[in-house]
Amino acid sequence: MAVLLALCSIGLMFKSAELRIGWVPDRGPGSGAWPFWLSAGMLLCCLATIWRWFRGVTPESRNLEPYMPRETAMIVGISAGSIVFLLVITHLLGIYVALFLFLLFYLKFIGHHGWPLTISMMIGVPIFVFCLFEWALKIPLPKSITEPMFYPIYDLMYGV
Amino acid sequence: MEEILLHLAGGLTEAMQPLNFMMIVIGCALGLLIGAMPGLGSVNGVAILLPITFLVPPTSAIIFLAAIYYGAMYGGAISSITLGIPGASTAVATVFDGRPLAQAGQADRALTAAAVASFVGGTISVVLFTLFAPPLAAFALKFGPQEEFALMVLAFATFIGLGGDDIPKTVFSILIGLVLAAVGLDIISGQPRLIFGDIDGFLHGINFLVLAIGIYGIGEMLWTLETTQGEVVVHKVQVSVDRMKANFKDIKNYIMTTSLGSVLGYFVGTLPAAGATPASLMSYGLAKTFSKNPDSFGKGNVAGVAAPEAANNAASTGSMLPMITLGIPGSPTTAILLGGMIIWGLRPGPLLFSENPEFVWGLIGSLYIANFMTLVINLAFIPLFVKILTLPFTILAPIIYILCVVGGYAPTQTMHDVWLMLLFGVVGYLLRKLNYPVAPAVLAIVLGPLAERSLRQSLLASHGDMSVFVTRPISAVCIIIALLLVCYPMIQKFTRKGSRAVAAGQG
Repeated sequence: MAVLLALCSIGLMFKSAELRIGWVPDRGPGSGAWPFWLSAGMLLCCLATIWRWFRGVTPESRNLEPYMPRETAMIVGISAGSIVFLLVITHLLGIYVALFLFLLFYLKFIGHHGWPLTISMMIGVPIFVFCLFEWALKIPLPKSITEPMFYPIYDLMYGV
Repeated sequence: MEEILLHLAGGLTEAMQPLNFMMIVIGCALGLLIGAMPGLGSVNGVAILLPITFLVPPTSAIIFLAAIYYGAMYGGAISSITLGIPGASTAVATVFDGRPLAQAGQADRALTAAAVASFVGGTISVVLFTLFAPPLAAFALKFGPQEEFALMVLAFATFIGLGGDDIPKTVFSILIGLVLAAVGLDIISGQPRLIFGDIDGFLHGINFLVLAIGIYGIGEMLWTLETTQGEVVVHKVQVSVDRMKANFKDIKNYIMTTSLGSVLGYFVGTLPAAGATPASLMSYGLAKTFSKNPDSFGKGNVAGVAAPEAANNAASTGSMLPMITLGIPGSPTTAILLGGMIIWGLRPGPLLFSENPEFVWGLIGSLYIANFMTLVINLAFIPLFVKILTLPFTILAPIIYILCVVGGYAPTQTMHDVWLMLLFGVVGYLLRKLNYPVAPAVLAIVLGPLAERSLRQSLLASHGDMSVFVTRPISAVCIIIALLLVCYPMIQKFTRKGSRAVAAGQG
């Protein structure tokens, strides 16, 4: 991981160096100077970590267990994948449909909860989110192609 | 002194008027709710409810908004402790120890500590506000960019100890947080910087809440999944009168930390552009550095909850000081309050005390009452808050994911930030597996823009001469303390080795 992070640091140094990293007369340090030297510092920290790993100073360097066992990768992967699913559906069908499907998937197929709880959460949570964010706090959430379905509710809310 | 007490008595009477008192109670309750919602903080609450205040007189209006501000400061701790997601940026540091305490079945202890520390922080800061408003405002004005940068260095130094003995990983965490804060338009030249893949979403920078919610919401859930292997976990939660009594007896264990955090928080709050989030993170860092048992921080030390909570409440009062006395807001929330005062026809500044004494002292009086009311409301609802922890993991996890997604979307209303939040959550989880401390990165992304701006302004003024940070007295003191703090873990390590060698020699 330290090697990967060291490569990222080098990448960030190159990215920062696209802007001026030296002294600009009358304007002080160039725009890229701050991130460039920070990335250089990151690289030094990674090299120190790699050095400590070689010397076996840290507990991680003496640990012989795999970084991520297959079971852990499965369980964490499903959970992270379900959030990706939630975001993709939000892009395609809007957040309320996404919440509905996400809760169905998580509560029924991962949690193995009963239908009464699953259905009440599938309906209750999107309504709560709508009432709190859109109605009380006036923060519109993404609705994508389902936006026209909300026009009658907007009429009620804003009295247009 | 006598004059101050007379004014204060008048202010308390003003705050106890039926309309004002009602405003305090409603404001505190609304603030608690808004503060507890991930992604929303006092700034959202005050901004959203500002138009309502035009219906009442200015004194009632500022009392209402100040009560929301206070309530939100308390409320942020609720979701930090029970769900492990910082309700507001000011409560990020509360997660570090609040969450482990909740997982160990001591959520009530953490919530009591948060409420009591907030109350102590609020009270100490209001007393300081009452007594030292004018001289402190003048002192805060002496802070130029050099002093600001030195203060930021001091804040980072307090966090070096957070990573335990692995200093390179802690420094890496701080630096990556600072780099992430540099993404977006350059604050001085306006040039786009670190725009990865030419994605427009990076132009407005990376909101620190995106990182905080990603790491402490999604990352924490993934970590919990790994440690429990998906088995349903129901935290043991007991709330009884005896336990509450024990929680109150516990206060003596963190009262010193709380008091120090309050004074620190108040002072940081008075500095323009600093505010409650840096104050709470600095207070946590200092509490850990000077603790007799620093290794227990991050694993469920109640002082780790009390220190940031005291500081963030104290800072919220402190940030009102430059707003009232000088017309300079100390935080985004006070900037909105300032806007409100101007709309109500008031002129914030030194003359406000003489021209509108009933307004200023009414506000100060209401701070005392709001502080007490929020404590009462908070303590009364602790049994309800801890019930959240008894929900099965497979119900709690999707609710937390949804709160993270909606909370990540709300501040900037772009899906780009939500995707970034997921990325930070997963990367944070992977780094945590290798003992990289993530808290310093959150601190750094908050302080990054301030640190960069003050460094560049200082260097520009001194024509690139770095000695400017050690030739000015206030910044020199900050830099020396920072150096001592950085050396402290190393000295501790050597003294431990030395004492072990002596013990082995004797054995």
